[in-house]
Amino acid sequence: MASAALDSLPAPLRSLRLKTKQQELLVRVSALALIYVLAFVIRLFSVLRYESMIHEFDPYFNYRTTLFLSEHGFSEFWNWFDSESWYPLGRVVGGTLFPGLMVTAALLHRLLRALSLAVHIREVCVLTAPFFAANTTLVAYAFGREIWDSGAGLVAAALIAVCPGYISRSVAGSYDNEGVAIFALLLTFYLFVRAVNTGSLAWALASAFGYFYMVSAWGGYVFIINLLPLYVLVLLITGRYSQRLYVAYNCMYVLGMLLAMQIRFVGFQHVQSGEHMAAMGVFFLLQVFFFLDWVKYLLNDTRLFKSFLRITLTCVITVGTLALGIGTASGYISPWTGRFYSLLDPTYAKDHIPIIASVSEHQPTAWSSFMFDFHILLFLFPAGLYFCFKRLSDATIFVVMYGLTSMYFAGVMVRLILVAAPAVCLISAIAASATIKNLTTLIRTKSKSPQTVSAKATGSKAAAKGAVDQSLPFQQNAAIVLLLGAFYLLSRYAVHCTWVTSEAYSSPSIVLAARGHNGGRVIFDDYREAYYWLRQNTPPDAKIMSWWDYGYQITAMGNRTVIVDNNTWNNTHIATVGRAMSSYEDEAYEIMQSLDVNYVLVVFGGVTGYSSDDINKFLWMVRIGGGVFPVIKEPDYLVNGEYRVDKGASPKMLNCLMYKLCYYRFGELTTEYGKPPGYDRVRGVEIGNKDIKLEYLEEAFTTSNWIVRIYKVKPPKNRS
Amino acid sequence: MPKATSDAKLLIQSLGKAYAATPTNLKIIDLYVVFAVATALTQVVYMGIVGSFPFNSFLSGILSCIGTAVLAVCLRIQVNKDNKEFKDLPPERAFADFVLCNLVLHLVIMNFLG
Repeated sequence: MASAALDSLPAPLRSLRLKTKQQELLVRVSALALIYVLAFVIRLFSVLRYESMIHEFDPYFNYRTTLFLSEHGFSEFWNWFDSESWYPLGRVVGGTLFPGLMVTAALLHRLLRALSLAVHIREVCVLTAPFFAANTTLVAYAFGREIWDSGAGLVAAALIAVCPGYISRSVAGSYDNEGVAIFALLLTFYLFVRAVNTGSLAWALASAFGYFYMVSAWGGYVFIINLLPLYVLVLLITGRYSQRLYVAYNCMYVLGMLLAMQIRFVGFQHVQSGEHMAAMGVFFLLQVFFFLDWVKYLLNDTRLFKSFLRITLTCVITVGTLALGIGTASGYISPWTGRFYSLLDPTYAKDHIPIIASVSEHQPTAWSSFMFDFHILLFLFPAGLYFCFKRLSDATIFVVMYGLTSMYFAGVMVRLILVAAPAVCLISAIAASATIKNLTTLIRTKSKSPQTVSAKATGSKAAAKGAVDQSLPFQQNAAIVLLLGAFYLLSRYAVHCTWVTSEAYSSPSIVLAARGHNGGRVIFDDYREAYYWLRQNTPPDAKIMSWWDYGYQITAMGNRTVIVDNNTWNNTHIATVGRAMSSYEDEAYEIMQSLDVNYVLVVFGGVTGYSSDDINKFLWMVRIGGGVFPVIKEPDYLVNGEYRVDKGASPKMLNCLMYKLCYYRFGELTTEYGKPPGYDRVRGVEIGNKDIKLEYLEEAFTTSNWIVRIYKVKPPKNRS
Repeated sequence: MPKATSDAKLLIQSLGKAYAATPTNLKIIDLYVVFAVATALTQVVYMGIVGSFPFNSFLSGILSCIGTAVLAVCLRIQVNKDNKEFKDLPPERAFADFVLCNLVLHLVIMNFLG
């Protein structure tokens, strides 16, 4: 390139000159290092805006268990029986969680302590997700290089570093399983593709270990154990079976399955649950296929082989069907679980399992959130598929299948956009990289001018078309224009990602922020206020009843026993709480007495306009309660199918426990200028029952913005 | 069914003839695989008679056999001279991989046997 100019330099300087290959390596490594840092740094918005703290609901449980693990050691953690949750049942924590995240954080903490860096375990937990997101970029680079070339790998790393779909679950403080699981997922896939490409046992073993880490971290491993057999099946059907595939899949399956069984929460599911049977079926199918292949090779005779094929196939199919039939009929192989069904049939949960349907992240995805989370990747994705089909290999088939299946799942459930994000980034990276490469070669061949190949740019389908046709006039100018357009699009992507991260995905949701009248930021820190009040002012063995959303936070921050929490393992128990909340006060009192409840906690947004409060969740409590106790009927709380809290509301609604607890003394309060007292700012109405009297409970504490209200359950009256 | 039986006879004869030409080291691996599969089958029969009560012990026993067999087949594929797909892979490397995988397999089995 610029060698002519450099040749004229004096000899000592010339020896410092790098060869083109070395230059390329230098550029690549420094770009990758920058991407690594960027992926970490962009996730720190939440720490800057608020403070270094754990977000949302589930992370508080993870934080609490990590704390326990680092204080008491692994063996006690593994055998931990937690009596502070699910009172009076308790929970066997060690056997009912995915320990991968906690172990990772505890190990990182120990490592930092060993390096004599005195950090608190909380900081480690807060920064675990960004750290693993940064590592994911490295895996994405390696994966991209494996399926396409190093340029595509670099683009993939850059895209995934800032992809909002991934950032939404991995900002600093969102200390959840997904944070490490996406890294593990991509690592497993990369190592598996690598194993298929090389046919080496060592890579297959590495991929089994990746799978083990994934199983230990997140329930989403079911996606891997179903995608890999599907991939093998597709290769078999399209006639791309190779012995490399045999080595990779079998080694990975046997060792991966065995390793996965070591996680107690997963246990024997790999041989018992219907969700894992596809993998086993394909395993046996591969053995049969291999055996047939081998016999065919030995016989070298078509007629004989055909008769052989007939005999074996009949036997195998009969035996397989019999085994599956007996296994299912005798209940040895368990049927698919509800969450799995709701993946295949999106309407299943709505009709059958209210507890799954009630979680907002289990809802089907809207188009706008696809656009919001993927931005230009949504357009690059089909282009990338086109490039993949043009250069079909085992690796590109894999990434295409990963992309298509995960896109489907992303459409079914909002939270699964996360699983699709790496695939979309990889495929888009192929499109971007290939297009830019075409354009730049076009420019360089014509002008011979030094033009650095930039791998960090993107293009559109139109750009690809322009590059293919060599004989057009103004071809070079057109290429430059298209290249500029690609750079423009890419920079828009970067701007969009930064904006989304800072505005939408960095809120901890435990501290709320709003704009005041004069445009300044108002912080509502009511949750922590309430939890610290619980910690300081209630007896240590007090039992708190609340809707299950707040269970983890109460145990982690308030350090008090709860009746139900976010680990929704016992539907009946949750339904009991739902029933108590939707009954009249005297009926609820009996239920609360039977559960030894001392305090009731409700979340109320009527003063601040915080819309995800208990009144808005109330219908789910009714539905879940009614699912187990038919006394609770949803129509009792509705008026002509409409949910209202004003004067027109149904009498049952106006007098149920939840309504009373939320609106107690609310009738005296003027919330907005020019509105009557008792004006609910979330629902936008004046409440229907302003004269609320409590007989069995008394108000214990209400936070400064009324978001959390705590009531004390009075002891039973003296016998008179 | 005279045709079918003669077909089967012919089949077995030609299979035996073709197999006789296999190199000895591959034959040894085959014997190892057959032994592992036979052990697995014995365990299944035993499970059928006695029951699968310590299910993890049964699973580790049978997975040990299946894993051994599968890994040996992989080794057989990789060291087979006729196999064009693995020409670049030296047999020493294949054997090292095989030993490594077996090591992991049986360490995990030991943990699981419990």
